Amino acid sequence: MEFLLSSAVGLLTAAGVYLVLRARTWPVVLGLALLSYATNVFLFATGRLVLNRPPVISPEALAYTDPLPQALVLTAIVISFAMTAVIVVMALRSFLESGSDHVDGEDQPVPAENRESTEGRA
Amino acid sequence: MTHWIIAPVVLPAIMAPILLMGARHDMVLARIFSIASTVALLGIALALTTMVSDGTILTYALGNWVAPFGIVLVADRLSVMMLVLTAVLALAVLFFAIDGSDRDGRHFHALYQFQLMGINGAFLTGDFFNLFVFFEVLLIASYGLMVHGGGPARMKAGVQYVVINLVGSTLFLIAVGMIYSVAGTLNMADLAVKVPHIAAGDQALLQAGALLLLLVFCIKAALIPVHFWLPGTYANAPAAVAALFAIMTKVGAYCVIRLYILAFGADAGAATWLAAPWLLPAALLTLVLGMTGVLAARRLGQLAGFAVIGSMGLLLTSIALFTPIALSAALYYLLHSTLAGAVLFLIADLVARRRPGHEDGLSVAPGFTQLKLLAGAFFIAAIAATGMPPLSGFIGKLLMLDAALDSVHAAVIWTLILGTSLIAIIGFGRAGSTLFWKSTGEPGSFPEHAEKNSLSLIAIGLLLAGCVGLTLFAGPLTTYLDATAEQIFATDQYIEAVLGNTVLPGGSL
Repeated sequence: MEFLLSSAVGLLTAAGVYLVLRARTWPVVLGLALLSYATNVFLFATGRLVLNRPPVISPEALAYTDPLPQALVLTAIVISFAMTAVIVVMALRSFLESGSDHVDGEDQPVPAENRESTEGRA
Repeated sequence: MTHWIIAPVVLPAIMAPILLMGARHDMVLARIFSIASTVALLGIALALTTMVSDGTILTYALGNWVAPFGIVLVADRLSVMMLVLTAVLALAVLFFAIDGSDRDGRHFHALYQFQLMGINGAFLTGDFFNLFVFFEVLLIASYGLMVHGGGPARMKAGVQYVVINLVGSTLFLIAVGMIYSVAGTLNMADLAVKVPHIAAGDQALLQAGALLLLLVFCIKAALIPVHFWLPGTYANAPAAVAALFAIMTKVGAYCVIRLYILAFGADAGAATWLAAPWLLPAALLTLVLGMTGVLAARRLGQLAGFAVIGSMGLLLTSIALFTPIALSAALYYLLHSTLAGAVLFLIADLVARRRPGHEDGLSVAPGFTQLKLLAGAFFIAAIAATGMPPLSGFIGKLLMLDAALDSVHAAVIWTLILGTSLIAIIGFGRAGSTLFWKSTGEPGSFPEHAEKNSLSLIAIGLLLAGCVGLTLFAGPLTTYLDATAEQIFATDQYIEAVLGNTVLPGGSL
């Protein structure tokens, strides 16, 4: 199980880092999502890997699993989920406004009619 | 246990939804609520200052769950000083925003209050998972503020800003996980108790986690090699937002001061002064890069961004010495550089609005409306930002140079601080003379700028008055900051205040 979990974290991180370094926004968004998955799995392991043990006190329990990382992961999932939504919307808006989905937006010239409407605010 | 400690977090948290739902269509109402909330924040921060000025450390256990098991807020001199600074800056910037730029997009005031909630929370929290949560709150609000008004260049810079910060958040979580896996705690005071007893076999995990966390704080503080997001972000953000962001880099600096003196400071066993060897070279390089950037900048907004990077380098150089006297100097410079950095962005925006076609580019162009007034404001701001006498930047640099005398690296630090000051003076002098002096003789004219922007000018005046105030009251202020620095280094007091009698016997897990 240790091998499975650690290799999952490693693979997700490697794929995430590779995608984040891509030039277009969509792979970058996917990369960020993969990175957040890797982080969630990693956080889960910080409480040590324990099988079939309750996280809360119960009279029958012989041992417990650490409940705190589970709470942390839950918070992290909520935040990363919301952040993925935000970055998708921003990437889309950026693409629609500049006509390019490059992260630095430098591969295509910006269409003139778009440039007109925002002149003076750049 | 006083409930006032949580007020700086709760007040904007309540005010923002009210603004979002109740004052959505009524800009006047939104402005009134927003200003009232920020004034109240200033009042609360000042009231907290009187409570902690005698050296007491106030703690607030949420839901009455005792630390280290519950969530705890801690208000000591440093936290409360940062709260006051945030409120002062936020109020001045709000005056600037309600002069019209808050109409450019929707929900400016609600996002502004959420931003203040995140910043205040980050300054008050006593455990580093909630530090992560408050970082996220302030970042999420800042994403919205950053793209306020829209436009291709701003959206592009906004996407880059979000991506770099999401990567930063990921690293933050990994670092928190690594530290938790060996220390078994998220409370900073409890961590400080446990770090000296971490087994040698776990030191690698602990130190890697702590250094990863340092990297995250350095992203926030825009330190080399993770500074590259700042100039683009600040130059493309709306001026009021860029000015408010001046406090966000200081959140990174605050976290470095808090965690790396408390938990990885003098008593940390194998991890003693963990941050120092990494922080000092990075800070010095940042100082050089920032001030060189000031000289190389082609737009006033860019110049202000690089001035902020340079000032962060200077600030963290002094922090990286990790002595009370250097920290006191750093805190003085922190107060000064926040106000001086913010005012530069506001001036750049007013200049840009008056020069259609040229904007804030450092190019010779005909004179524009209110040229003399803005030239005067820029002159004062430049004196403050470059650290020339008689304003507060000079005193800050003097205190830092004095504090660096005892360091083994004194020669390098002195050379770089004095050398970069000269470069910054040349950069600011070149920018000012191009924009204001050479422009007066140029034929032709820009269309008369109809708005007087009196509220914006009041905001600029308030921030400059802040710099003058820091200079006039430098004596009492440095006495107070000396006491603050000593309190930060007396980590026993902090641990005692947070954990009280519940200190658990230290030991490896």
